[in-house]
Amino acid sequence: MTEPLLSVRDLRVTFPTPQGPVEVVKGVSFDLGQERLGIVGESGSGKSMTGRAILRLIRPPGKVTAEKLAFQGRDLLSLPEREMRALRGARISMVMQDPRYSLNPVMTIGRQIAEALRVHENLSRSATRARVRDMLEAVQINDPDRVANMYPHEVSGGMGQRVMIAMMLIPEPQILIADEPTSALDVSVQAQVLDLIDTLVKDKGMGLILISHDLQLVARYCDQILVMNAGRVVERCAAGELDKATHPYTRGLLASVPRMNEDRDTLPTLDRTAWEGT
Amino acid sequence: MHAWLISDSPASRLQASAGRFYRAGGLLLRNPLAVAGVLIIGLLIVTAIFAPWIAPESPVGQNLSNRLLPPSADHWMGTDELGRDIFSRVIYGSRITLMIVALVAVISAPLGLVIGAISGYFGGWTDRVLMGLTDVFLSMPKLIMALAFVAALGPGIENAIIAIAITAWPAYARIARAETLTFRNAEFVSATRLLGASHLRIIFAHVLPLCTSSMIVRVTLDMAGIILTAAGLGFLGLGAQPPLPEWGAMISRGRVFILDQWWVATMPGLAIILVSLGFCFLGDGLRDVLDPKSAGKS
Amino acid sequence: MTAAISLNNLDISYSGTRVVEGVTFDVAEGESFALVGESGSGKSTVLKAIAGLAPEWSGEMSILGQPRGHGPDKDLARTCQMVFQDPYGSLHPRKTVDAVLSEPLAIHGLGNRSERIEKALRDVGLDRRFRFRYPHQMSGGQRQRVAIARALMLEPKIMLLDEPTSALDVSVQAEILNLLKRLRAEQNLTYLLVSHDLPVVGFMCDRVAVMTKGRIVEIAPVDALHHGDFTDPYSRQLYAASGG
Ligand SMILES: Nc1ncnc2c1ncn2[C@@H]1O[C@H](COP(=O)(O)OP(=O)(O)OP(=O)(O)O)[C@@H](O)[C@H]1O
Ligand SMILES: Nc1ncnc2c1ncn2[C@@H]1O[C@H](COP(=O)(O)OP(=O)(O)OP(=O)(O)O)[C@@H](O)[C@H]1O
Ligand SMILES: [Mg+2]
Ligand SMILES: [Mg+2]
Repeated sequence: MTEPLLSVRDLRVTFPTPQGPVEVVKGVSFDLGQERLGIVGESGSGKSMTGRAILRLIRPPGKVTAEKLAFQGRDLLSLPEREMRALRGARISMVMQDPRYSLNPVMTIGRQIAEALRVHENLSRSATRARVRDMLEAVQINDPDRVANMYPHEVSGGMGQRVMIAMMLIPEPQILIADEPTSALDVSVQAQVLDLIDTLVKDKGMGLILISHDLQLVARYCDQILVMNAGRVVERCAAGELDKATHPYTRGLLASVPRMNEDRDTLPTLDRTAWEGT
Repeated sequence: MHAWLISDSPASRLQASAGRFYRAGGLLLRNPLAVAGVLIIGLLIVTAIFAPWIAPESPVGQNLSNRLLPPSADHWMGTDELGRDIFSRVIYGSRITLMIVALVAVISAPLGLVIGAISGYFGGWTDRVLMGLTDVFLSMPKLIMALAFVAALGPGIENAIIAIAITAWPAYARIARAETLTFRNAEFVSATRLLGASHLRIIFAHVLPLCTSSMIVRVTLDMAGIILTAAGLGFLGLGAQPPLPEWGAMISRGRVFILDQWWVATMPGLAIILVSLGFCFLGDGLRDVLDPKSAGKS
Repeated sequence: MTAAISLNNLDISYSGTRVVEGVTFDVAEGESFALVGESGSGKSTVLKAIAGLAPEWSGEMSILGQPRGHGPDKDLARTCQMVFQDPYGSLHPRKTVDAVLSEPLAIHGLGNRSERIEKALRDVGLDRRFRFRYPHQMSGGQRQRVAIARALMLEPKIMLLDEPTSALDVSVQAEILNLLKRLRAEQNLTYLLVSHDLPVVGFMCDRVAVMTKGRIVEIAPVDALHHGDFTDPYSRQLYAASGG
């Protein structure tokens, strides 16, 4: 592929506050082909905002500017809202960070997934139901028929996340932005869900942006990694070389992960003065 | 002062809430339509308070020698069939309008809010009974129902207010219920129950505050409709009784002369339009401020 | 010594559907006990039943030797509190930290509010500046601290922690885990911690119960995590998948 699926240059997100405008994303650049890009960084570093900005989902009064923000050569920033809506979900979709907040609390899960499918494909009732069922099964939900009839508050935290993933994968997008998609899942289900996403990347040529705070997970499932801090990319490296990362911030993040045979009495936390100014 | 108000780490409850109002006010004033709304409503309130000083003549004093004079320097809006100064009557009419609006809001919004919140919070049978009742009220046209109530209670301004309030609450109950449904299963409600809070406390201290902002917006937007209903009742002779200078009733009297003496019906009509518009503008502005989600339709 | 939490053959259902079956375990006073297991296996449900938010249960349950009723109750609130999984959903969106923390004091009619709130904020390592902030002005980690402070306001003996750090990034997770560990040592608290992250459990707990499909399949001392000597096949699988 010569042209990347998504090309981002100098992306900035600004919020006006009473104390003056605050930039929460300060010039992020990357290219995404049919590959897997990981974004890691501490809480509040602007990971989610980067993801939302690509889909133009930053709520006003927040503002997005970029030198270039192109999806298959089309400029996303100048696209009319109507075309953008057609793109969202169908071509680029995003798994939001707080699944139970992003789901409609008064609609059953089955109907919400069916809705996501219906917007992009016209299927008969029974075909839709079958597709929804298959998708729920694919994200390792044991009892898909029961779960399809439940409301979001009736599913467990981890099930909610998987429902969200199912909803975003069912229209077979070209790019999936997954914001902390598996933080509430146990390791084995997590692996199965990420393997499913991985298959889609390999077989359907989907591009994946995986936003996570789990460094090991990102190292395992991505090709490229961006490390963000305070709105900037402070380090980029190939996934295999994460443990060789040099930036003190990345090292700090790596050190604060508890180990399986933990013998430390307190975990090291980030000393936020160490990399100030970098 | 400014720095104190916008501080992001206030030192006292007072400063925190003052800052919140200041910021909301600032946002509101940045929206030109909302400013227009605020100005119109402000004007209405000032007029109502200072009516005796603003109005050049008595609103009820008749002077049959000045019947049906067109607008002039003496009578800015002309005079009516009994020689009363229409400008003075419109000024005094603002008091009645303001009273109607305030009383209806005070009666029907809290009533709807509480019924809706209880219905949504408990669900089950409570919900079915209360919503059934609400639906019965909702299924009838407002004006007709108000008419029926006034007919039963007898004409008069108080009864008109009660009738309008009774017809207005079901819409608020619906909104409050819908809002409550979206967060009654939220974890902050469970967390509060675990602290030992009673259902009543949860409804009043935790659920209702979340419904109020959409309710304020809705009530403000409905004000125009309430004024029109009151005017409609007045027009039909079932609201304010003569010689009270109620705008609707004034239009109704002017109807007879509409072709030759257009000002008699038009002037109070303009007042109704202006105030209704004011409430609509303000409501829209408040929605943008209080309800950031619906503002950016992304 | 009486057990802080004692569950005997507990079955829990939601509107007739049974989701947890035959759960039996005791947590000693001052112990830190972990529930790990498959997503959807009923871990949160067990905590909710203890707290009174899942009232459809049968079996025996007692807290500090007192048999437990089926709903949330005001006296229990003083001994047992819960921290929820999701820091985004567990704080009222329109209430300041101050209001959130005064609520338990108001419900139980406790005085000295201002001092107590300041102390709680200090305990969880939040600056005084945060006292009048709203949830949307705080990061996930800060919100979770507020939720923990709220649970600590009534000075309970038992804390039910439902994945207190799963929504947080590793650096904040480390801060919260250190905080919880310190509080337990200082106030002699009993923890019942749900997690799907075995290393977190290894750091925080003394014993661990493994759940799958609504049942507890194994209860092991935390050393098992160091050596991997689990007996049940599901526990082994979980341990292997966690990179142990
Ligand atoms: N409406 C807003 N006004 C001002 N600042 C905001 C607003 N929304 C978000 N921010 C700020 O933007 C920054 C980036 O937030 P973002 O959600 O992208 O963080 P994140 O990296 O995804 O963190 P987490 O891991 O906690 O999800 C934060 O510091 C946050 O305080
Ligand atoms: N209010 C409810 N009504 C009906 N079923 C429910 C309700 N809450 C939970 N369940 C069901 O109970 C089962 C156990 O849920 P629970 O939340 O205890 O899982 P969990 O072990 O905490 O999983 P996770 O790790 O994903 O949070 C799930 O199958 C869920 O669908
Ligand atoms: Mg985020
Ligand atoms: Mg759970």
